[in-house]
Amino acid sequence: MHAIALDSKYGVPTVAIHTNVFEKVVQSVTRMHGMPEARYTFVPQPVMGKTAEQLRAYVNGKSPISGRPVMQEVIEGLTRAAEGDGIREAKFERSTPRLMAADGEENLQRLFLDNNWTDKLPIVLPTEKRVAEMLAHTSRKPDEVAGHMRSNQFRQHWEFTVEKVAVNAVMAGARPEYFSVILALASSGVSARGSTTSSMAAMVVVNGPIRNEIAMNYGTGAMAPYNHANATIGRAYGLLSQNLQGGSLPGDSYMGSQGNGYAYGTVTFAENEERSPWGPFHVQHGFKPTDSTVSIFTGCRSTAFTLGVREKYWREHVRNMLRGMDAHSAPTFLLDPIAARQYIDRGGFDTKEKLIQWVYENALMLAGEYWDYQLIQNYIYPRATFGEEPYASKLKAAPDEMIRMFKPDEIHVVVVGGETNGYWRIMGCNYQKTVSVDEWR
Amino acid sequence: MADEVQGSQKISVLNPVGYPPKITPKPMAPRLESLDGKTLYLVDPRFDDSGLFLSQVQNWFADHMPSVKTNLVEMSSVYTKDDPKTWEMIKANGDGAIIGVGH
Repeated sequence: MHAIALDSKYGVPTVAIHTNVFEKVVQSVTRMHGMPEARYTFVPQPVMGKTAEQLRAYVNGKSPISGRPVMQEVIEGLTRAAEGDGIREAKFERSTPRLMAADGEENLQRLFLDNNWTDKLPIVLPTEKRVAEMLAHTSRKPDEVAGHMRSNQFRQHWEFTVEKVAVNAVMAGARPEYFSVILALASSGVSARGSTTSSMAAMVVVNGPIRNEIAMNYGTGAMAPYNHANATIGRAYGLLSQNLQGGSLPGDSYMGSQGNGYAYGTVTFAENEERSPWGPFHVQHGFKPTDSTVSIFTGCRSTAFTLGVREKYWREHVRNMLRGMDAHSAPTFLLDPIAARQYIDRGGFDTKEKLIQWVYENALMLAGEYWDYQLIQNYIYPRATFGEEPYASKLKAAPDEMIRMFKPDEIHVVVVGGETNGYWRIMGCNYQKTVSVDEWR
Repeated sequence: MADEVQGSQKISVLNPVGYPPKITPKPMAPRLESLDGKTLYLVDPRFDDSGLFLSQVQNWFADHMPSVKTNLVEMSSVYTKDDPKTWEMIKANGDGAIIGVGH
């Protein structure tokens, strides 16, 4: 992506070197950005962790894609004009038909599966009647643009209408009364099918009156497959993300190395406002208690869990859990109401904000260990070296000095659970935004 | 057109795919006639030890094409951010660029 900008915008002949697993991604991104003949070559995956000798062998070796010497392709990329004229051959104007060719149910299920339009589970076929029923539950017009989405920052946004969201909602098995929640998720522009190699999933927290209007679960088993609204809203969010952003295909538009089981249904639940000792999440983010909202988090790779908040060593227990998390994904505390009240008893945290402040001050790690994490090297260290705070100050710490792992505004608390016991967990995820559901009714 | 899912009856369904962006062709910079005596910038996106890899590319030029001057530079921040300051610097001082690994 940067190579395209440097080449086309700044007029500097540029060659990009990628690892071989990104072949299809590179072809797709260069084509979609209007430079199908951008110059690039490939070396084997991975580069990370290799010795200087091994990396030298990559440079002296051949591209695992073309079989030609890597440096020959680099030099040719800088010195030879494009051989073909791929620009003229590329399709710049494309349209997506509204209707598929009529066929039998079995064939259509197969077609949707083969086209990678599903999560590999059977879907509800989006007939005109079913889509119309979904559309009847919003005041928005079917052809209104509902939003834009992309699988990562190097790809271009795709556009979609309210009707396109309805099609995906039907496919997920959602009931029409859930549609405003699903539209709010779609309008967020946040994808539940990010293509990152780190294998993300999304988490959705619903607040306000809509929770009870559509009988969402925020009690026992709220995060598990025991509630129709929770299950199908989450599934719809995943399906609409992959279909409305231009796909989510492994090796092409999805690069999650291991994948993430949370992505099957997206972690979707309502906050247990009724049993929480604190204010609701959406009120912390500027909404009124009577507003209905969806809040979106992304990541969901790392979790830590325990039972209760013990009187003697609760501080140590929580510090241990925090240090065991991915240092790059901030912690969101998901507390059963029993655990939430124990936090008040143990620490006097009568607001979420006080608990967040305590977590901020106690999520500590040795500076040497912190800066050595590969994710910190990739995403935080560059920002620190160019003066961005608070990272620049952290970088001044001695290797054996304890530094704070997270910023306070990255730490969140949500109350969920049915009080069958005081279990709670920390989900490593980044808060993205809170969106009004009411605007999509 | 039937709108019920029954047996082998043909049914009509809607396409679930969004609308792709219009692609705008971008021009490529003219290529160099030769690298002899030229200055190349090796741009490190600071991702997964990419700088260590580029230092080996730099060594390759020193060994095989010593007339080529190479400058290894890091992007100003994380690879996810555009870096116009660095691109302007390369445009002003360089003849070509190699970005690796990735991005």
